[in-house]
Amino acid sequence: MTDTTQTTQSSDAGEHYVAPFDANVSFDELQDAPPPAKFKLSITGWVGAIVVGFWLIVAITGPFIAPFGENELPFPDDYSEYQTPRLGDATDPETGEERGFFAQVYNGALMGTDAEDRDILSRIMYGAGRTIGISFVATTIAYFLGVILGIGAAVAGPRVDMIVSRINDAFLSLPSIMLGLVMVAAFGSTIPVLIVCAGLIYTTVVYRLARGIGMDIMVMDYVEAAKVRGEGIWWIVTKEIWPNAAMPLISDFGLRLIYVILFISSLSFLGLGVQPPQADWGNMVKENLGALQYGESIIPVVAPAVAIATLTVGINLIVDDISAHAGGKLSKRM
Amino acid sequence: MYSMILKRLGIGAITVVAVSVIIFLGTKVLPGDAAQIRLGQSATPEAVAALRAELGLDLPIYQQYLQWFGNFITGNLGQSLSNPDVQITSLIADRYENTLIVSVLTAIIGVPISLALGVMAAMFPGSIYDRILTFTSVTLVAAPEFFTATLMVLIFVFALGIGNAVVVGSTEGKDLFQLIAHFALPIATLCFVIASQLIRMSRAAVLNVMSSPYIEMAILKGVPRKRIILRHALFNAIGPIVNVVALNLAYLVTGVIVIEIYFGYQGLASLIVQGVQTRDFVLIQGLGMIFCGTYVVLMLAADIAAIVSNPRLRHPK
Amino acid sequence: MSDDDIVFETKDLRIHAMRDDGSELPIVKGVDIQVKRGQVVALIGESGSGKTTISLSSLGYCKPGLVWGGGEANLLGHDVTKMDTEELRPFRGEKVAYLAQSAAATFNPSIRINEQVTEAPVLHGTKTQEEANKRANELYHALELPNPDSIGDRYPHQVSGGQLQRLMAAMALCGDPDLLVLDEPTTALDVTTQIEVLKAFKKVIKEEGAAAIYVTHDLAVVAQIADYIVVLYSGEIKEKGPVDVIVNNPQHPYTQRLMAAVRPTPSAGMGDGADGSHRREAPALEARAVDAGYGKGSDGKPLVQILRDVNVTIERGHTVGVIGESGCGKSTLARVMAGLLPPFGGQINLDGGELPGALTSRKRSELQKIQFVYQMADTALNPRQRIGDILGRPLEFYHNLRGEKKRERVQQLLELVELPKEFAARFPHELSGGQKQRVNLARSMAAEPEVMLCDEVTSALDSIVGANVIKLLKGLRKETGVSFVFISHDLSTVASFADEIVVLYAGRVAEKGPVDQVLAPPFHPYTRLLISSVPEMRVGWLEETMGSREALAGISRGVTITKVGCPFFDRCPVAIDGTCDKIDPPKRADPHGHGHVIECHREIDELMAETAYAQAQIDAADAAANAGGEA
Ligand code: SF4
Repeated sequence: MTDTTQTTQSSDAGEHYVAPFDANVSFDELQDAPPPAKFKLSITGWVGAIVVGFWLIVAITGPFIAPFGENELPFPDDYSEYQTPRLGDATDPETGEERGFFAQVYNGALMGTDAEDRDILSRIMYGAGRTIGISFVATTIAYFLGVILGIGAAVAGPRVDMIVSRINDAFLSLPSIMLGLVMVAAFGSTIPVLIVCAGLIYTTVVYRLARGIGMDIMVMDYVEAAKVRGEGIWWIVTKEIWPNAAMPLISDFGLRLIYVILFISSLSFLGLGVQPPQADWGNMVKENLGALQYGESIIPVVAPAVAIATLTVGINLIVDDISAHAGGKLSKRM
Repeated sequence: MYSMILKRLGIGAITVVAVSVIIFLGTKVLPGDAAQIRLGQSATPEAVAALRAELGLDLPIYQQYLQWFGNFITGNLGQSLSNPDVQITSLIADRYENTLIVSVLTAIIGVPISLALGVMAAMFPGSIYDRILTFTSVTLVAAPEFFTATLMVLIFVFALGIGNAVVVGSTEGKDLFQLIAHFALPIATLCFVIASQLIRMSRAAVLNVMSSPYIEMAILKGVPRKRIILRHALFNAIGPIVNVVALNLAYLVTGVIVIEIYFGYQGLASLIVQGVQTRDFVLIQGLGMIFCGTYVVLMLAADIAAIVSNPRLRHPK
Repeated sequence: MSDDDIVFETKDLRIHAMRDDGSELPIVKGVDIQVKRGQVVALIGESGSGKTTISLSSLGYCKPGLVWGGGEANLLGHDVTKMDTEELRPFRGEKVAYLAQSAAATFNPSIRINEQVTEAPVLHGTKTQEEANKRANELYHALELPNPDSIGDRYPHQVSGGQLQRLMAAMALCGDPDLLVLDEPTTALDVTTQIEVLKAFKKVIKEEGAAAIYVTHDLAVVAQIADYIVVLYSGEIKEKGPVDVIVNNPQHPYTQRLMAAVRPTPSAGMGDGADGSHRREAPALEARAVDAGYGKGSDGKPLVQILRDVNVTIERGHTVGVIGESGCGKSTLARVMAGLLPPFGGQINLDGGELPGALTSRKRSELQKIQFVYQMADTALNPRQRIGDILGRPLEFYHNLRGEKKRERVQQLLELVELPKEFAARFPHELSGGQKQRVNLARSMAAEPEVMLCDEVTSALDSIVGANVIKLLKGLRKETGVSFVFISHDLSTVASFADEIVVLYAGRVAEKGPVDQVLAPPFHPYTRLLISSVPEMRVGWLEETMGSREALAGISRGVTITKVGCPFFDRCPVAIDGTCDKIDPPKRADPHGHGHVIECHREIDELMAETAYAQAQIDAADAAANAGGEA
């Protein structure tokens, strides 16, 4: 250092050094924590967002832009099963001319046909809305009930909490698929039953999450401060707890949605969910399983399986970014 | 510590009872009763009443429950509704083997490998190895079982030409390796399914411990990395890891059902599906209790393992 | 002194923090320090000054998120900033050892203490396990740990905090390092425990002849232990020099401010002169014979009783300081007054009328008169509300102010706590710790209360910031005439702010009265222990204190709550066996004091004599020390 050092004396115990200073500069309190970073999607997060966006568009517009009807047969005269896009073995239905792969394009059956000669692409497009729609509504129901009960239990005090939580624990200790099976056996496999059933089953999970978050906030001093001020329960819930609980709850929605999609698809795959002839990605796999098992064609199984996987994985990639942003707290709570 | 374990066991027992109540009532509130279903719509009211009396269905509901629960504990699951001559117990006895073999083999093969992979990923966070593993597990964790199964079939059966997309043949007289070969694809699929969860969560558990001040202290004492992981971190991660394992084994309960249908071998899953389709409530009750009971026992085991691995509880003040 | 004596030295050391967006933020901005053999160098500064970061550089360690930004850090002539982990291993734990702030978090919970203490030398191959065990055992004895021969077989959770702190010293010293790095090793301890640990540290550092870097924010502690002081602010050295130069003749304005913020030693005459002259009929708030505790027992009494027969009176416009170690029931008392914990015996009076015990049965006007101020502004302010809304709510709730009027009042409040008006639009996380605490106070002021209950409001703040908050509180008291209940574990802060002091010990009032009376003889034995435990800003204080009688009588013992008798019995140097532990002590009024009461079996005269005796002991110790110094 070359600039003017005010004092430098050497003694036995060591030198005395005083840094140059400006008498007018005040020494403010030092900020110890940097401001929280803004949330940004990573590359994988963007991939996920694009995939999910794609499926959302398909879900909404699918029935209108699908080349064929859900149960329409693109090749009414051709009785051979599993029209798979292969070069050189499809014929133009009108002229009888060999068109190869282009025959399929001409007809619009890009992915070929399934065990019952229906167009796979169209069924996937119809199924998108159904799979996503059912899961979304069910998850929303689960959130609605779970959040009300969970925050309610956190606020209502130990006795109510104890009772509700015990009951909830009992339901949580049943594998969700077993609960689903019992409910479907009782009320039949209609779409409303499926929605209510998935909604109720996942209410238990959301309840536990919401209660945990609610409890964490309840012990904060600012909630106690509101109580000491004399605030009523309504103020405490809406002004003190909810604004702080909303973010973590909303960012968990995606994760819950994944589980509901997997649950509905698994039920459908077992033949107990969405019933044929209505298309659903899960039951499409089931219907065409034979094609794969006997080596006849792979597309009828692969296409719907890939559809579900890309959707759920896409959501998960976004969720992963969110939980990384929240410091991994979300994944710990699961 | 022992009192805590006893308390957990007590809670476990209560949970089993609560679960049995849910299952019993769940199948009771359903429209139609066993006598009617068994005799069909054309049966006379007298005949139905007679059978009701014989089955004890005219008793108050709590007595029916006690009777049913008592029977369940003594191993009597009642008769099938759709096929009155068949004991549920014998139905299950015929089928449980395959399901058990697949689950146990998956647990034996899948759990140690996944844990080792997860811990290794935590040892080198941010390395290429860690990133590949994390990315694969993030992907597979969200994919449905039948997607993973399809992937397996595509790779092994179609691309490599090994094995068969359906599991056929009997397991009679096969030794361990032949059994593994027999169920190669279902086991491989389930291993992938649980591995993706296990790797992610065990990695997180170890990393969580790795960020604690006592690990920083070990680093500052010049303790080699290997010893930090094996002596300092792993010990404290046991509790959370056991929890993860139990959760995933419980998850196997679901996976096993889907995979069995996918690969088309005969096990408990097809029995359940059949029960639901024929609305055979007695069958559903019995199987429900078995699956849920297993689930509860696994969770309990995790709880107890977590207690035992906690030094504060093992060595009280 | 030759250069060989330099154990550790930094040259223009720079360390940067990595931001999320990849940019680098300088944390340490070119620091030169030198540590010579046998020397204790103190790094002092407030949080954010970079003191811990600099001290860790001697181990070649950067906390996650930090990177080396340039310069050198030479340990025994090797630049540790240029080494990788493998190259550093022979140094860490062997040449340089680290003592962290919290021993409880630093010991691995699942490994026995002895293995952790001996781990470093055994791993580095400098000692066999037997040699290391022997060395550890010597250290346990030297550090005056209880049961030194068996303590190593225990697990960390089985020993107390003060003991763990000393065990950590054993862990650091077991490998006979050339340099010790102590990072705020006594900050988390109670004053009475702090002395003991300090003494042990000082003794071993001297005996081992090791060099040390001592990181702290507490100048009084530094004066006891350091030879050389480095004052840091925002990653830069502001001043450095031998300890007596810095303490007695600070040159840099920042050092001067730090020194000014050091709380004076508590003594008679520093209170705000409460002599009973402005006493009025009804006190503002009164706790009468209060019994309180937590949990629900079978007989209607709480499972754990904390407060036993507590009587406290807060006169209008007065400030009552409540003092005691942790676990003595200070916060419990505040919670009972606030209505958060209904007492199961006794009553709380407000303005002469009885107040319902439970919060929910109190009227809004009663709630408005008593306001509670939390210790941690971080958790006391809702992170999702703007400052304007936080301050506006009590105005709306108690005084029905809305719209423009409310906004004006919010601005007045901000002005009152010396914050800019624009802060009304900010969220709490946009404020610094001291600013948040001001908002926290302003929220309570908004209610226009009669009594403010302040629970350790300055404990979490740095000394300068804390001193400013106290200054602000004094101003508020003058302007508004509000009464305060000021709870703190720090006697100096209480003494400089309160009119009266209540000394709590294990849920009972040991002594109370005007500040001047409580801080002057006769003392309750516990009060004297507290007073003598507060570190003084002068060299040699530690030795004196340890020479006096309290030190021998159980400073290290923790607070135990008893059902009958005097809870201080097991730590009291003048306890009367068979009386003190069996019968509740009588309340003795000091004939000279204005409402000065001591609860003790000893007569006032006896306590007077006791104090004189202790003073003589101190003088003797002083004389001995001087004689030793001259010889
Ligand atoms: S009552 Fe007895 S034990 Fe308590 S402080 Fe007085 S002399 Fe000591």
